[in-house]
Amino acid sequence: MKKHNSAKAWAGLFLIALSLTLLPFLIGHSAGNAWVRVLDFALLYVMLALGLNIVVGMAGLLDLGYIAFYAVGAYLYALLASPQFGLHWPVWAVLPLGALVAGVFGALLGAPTLRLRGDYLAIVTLGFGEIVRIFLNNLNSPINITNGPQGISQIDPIRIATQPLSKTLDVFGLSFPSVYLYYYLFLLLTLLVIFITLRLEDSRLGRAWVAIREDEVAAKACGINTRNVKLLAFAIGASFGGVAGGLFAGFQEYVSPESFSLMESIMVLCMVVIGGMGHIPGVILGGLLLAILPEVLRQGAIPIQQALFGKVLLDPESLRMLLFGLALIAVMLYRPAGLWPEKRRKRELSGHPKPVEESIGQS
Amino acid sequence: METLLQAHGIGKNFGGVRALHDVSLSIRRGEIYGLIGPNGAGKTSFFNVLTGLYSADSGHFIFNDAPLNISAPHEVAAQGIARTFQNIRLFANMTALENVMVGRHLRSSAGVIGAVLRNRSTRDEEEGITQRAQELLKYVGIHRHSNVLARNLAYGDQRRLEVARALASEPTLLALDEPAAGMNATETLALRKLVEQIRCDGTTVLLIEHDMKLVMGLCDRLAVLDYGEKIAEGTPAEVRRDAKVIQAYLGGELA
Repeated sequence: MKKHNSAKAWAGLFLIALSLTLLPFLIGHSAGNAWVRVLDFALLYVMLALGLNIVVGMAGLLDLGYIAFYAVGAYLYALLASPQFGLHWPVWAVLPLGALVAGVFGALLGAPTLRLRGDYLAIVTLGFGEIVRIFLNNLNSPINITNGPQGISQIDPIRIATQPLSKTLDVFGLSFPSVYLYYYLFLLLTLLVIFITLRLEDSRLGRAWVAIREDEVAAKACGINTRNVKLLAFAIGASFGGVAGGLFAGFQEYVSPESFSLMESIMVLCMVVIGGMGHIPGVILGGLLLAILPEVLRQGAIPIQQALFGKVLLDPESLRMLLFGLALIAVMLYRPAGLWPEKRRKRELSGHPKPVEESIGQS
Repeated sequence: METLLQAHGIGKNFGGVRALHDVSLSIRRGEIYGLIGPNGAGKTSFFNVLTGLYSADSGHFIFNDAPLNISAPHEVAAQGIARTFQNIRLFANMTALENVMVGRHLRSSAGVIGAVLRNRSTRDEEEGITQRAQELLKYVGIHRHSNVLARNLAYGDQRRLEVARALASEPTLLALDEPAAGMNATETLALRKLVEQIRCDGTTVLLIEHDMKLVMGLCDRLAVLDYGEKIAEGTPAEVRRDAKVIQAYLGGELA
């Protein structure tokens, strides 16, 4: 019986792997390679959302400055692999370093916020996120490090073995354009991030995070060093952001501070919240949806309006924000726990009458 | 009998309110020690100072013949004092089993690397945590509900779960803050049996309780607090006869 089940599981896994492998070909041939590029970005956002999910979803610490760690990873790659300083480090050295540096930044920015909760925590992390962006914007004088608002260009593309991923690869008569190659790299790293978060969720540390989210005082009384455990959440979440940032820089071959605005932080937070806080499959879904749907809209808005009204009434950009807002409100109204919530969250927010009085006596 | 915990001159003020003043008491190893007093007498404040939730303004504790570090709650827990709360503080959206598994935190050590690699020692540790948590749920009598979310448990079971979670850290001293509050007579009786069992199995118990029948029947010795000061200490029979105690509970004129 058990063997049969595991055979089924392997078969399922094989099918998923096969379809994920063929996906860029399917999309590339039916809709064009631009959509594979959209998919590449979606995978980066999934990584970001999973990183933020550790901080917000599991440990319950509302972080509005998460994009700062994406920026740290991206700029680290940009500085170490571009003509800016004449350094051209290989990707296998830069990405782990990016994870490490972003993790250290995560712990550093997390440390002053340890005593804060809820709204106050959100405000302080929002400030930190902006500080990092403003630093990047202004670190061009007196010594030029980041080129300021101009950003850093001519960044080395990611190179695996001798193959730069920015060039089409031809093997066995099959042609893999650049966006396909990046897709495979991002997919592998996304799977690694998913694996790590799943393992962390079901561990002593994951339980400690959820315990802090549920009741910090009780968690302390259980002997959990909440300071260290919270810092670990910040650091691990940030390190995922750092990796995604490095990939972003190598993929775009260009970074500038405007890619790391508050809107991006909020976007990633929305992916976590709309998908289902603390629930890994939900967060992945949220990341994919919120990264891909706006692109669909951007492409579809003009032709549809022209067909309906004969002219363009709303430009796609403002329409995007409008629909985005509406979607958020709809989700909050009808699925407050997210599109694909964790079972326990669903129960928490379903408003069932509680069978037990919450507490008694003084607090 | 050997002394397990000694409090020396514990004082705590909240602004102008004197919550605790020069409270000294000593708890012997293996006894059930009660802390009673009228509402607002400082019982819970004493608990909170002892378990590191409040910082003491004066005084110190000696625990297991060594000074007790009360700088942070997790430090206190690591030294072998576990507690429950007057208003139940469970991890509401975790199952009963998971709650107790969190309680094993101090008795396990896996970190990030262990969690990600899930090597042999981590797997063994996790298995040990789960097994011990199951045993503890059985010990307090709620193993049937091990996969029920803590928030959905019946009130008495929530109290039991909190005790199981506290026991998971294998404390030397278990501090229970009004464990029988809100319980009916049957539940109280069951709780009494549980506390006696815990003592039999070698854990010293410190108990705050309002239910006089329970306290008098269960405790080996008691201390009585009134307006933040200890007014009496002794066996239940001694305390019951104490003039100051009668005055505190019944009022001056009647004494």
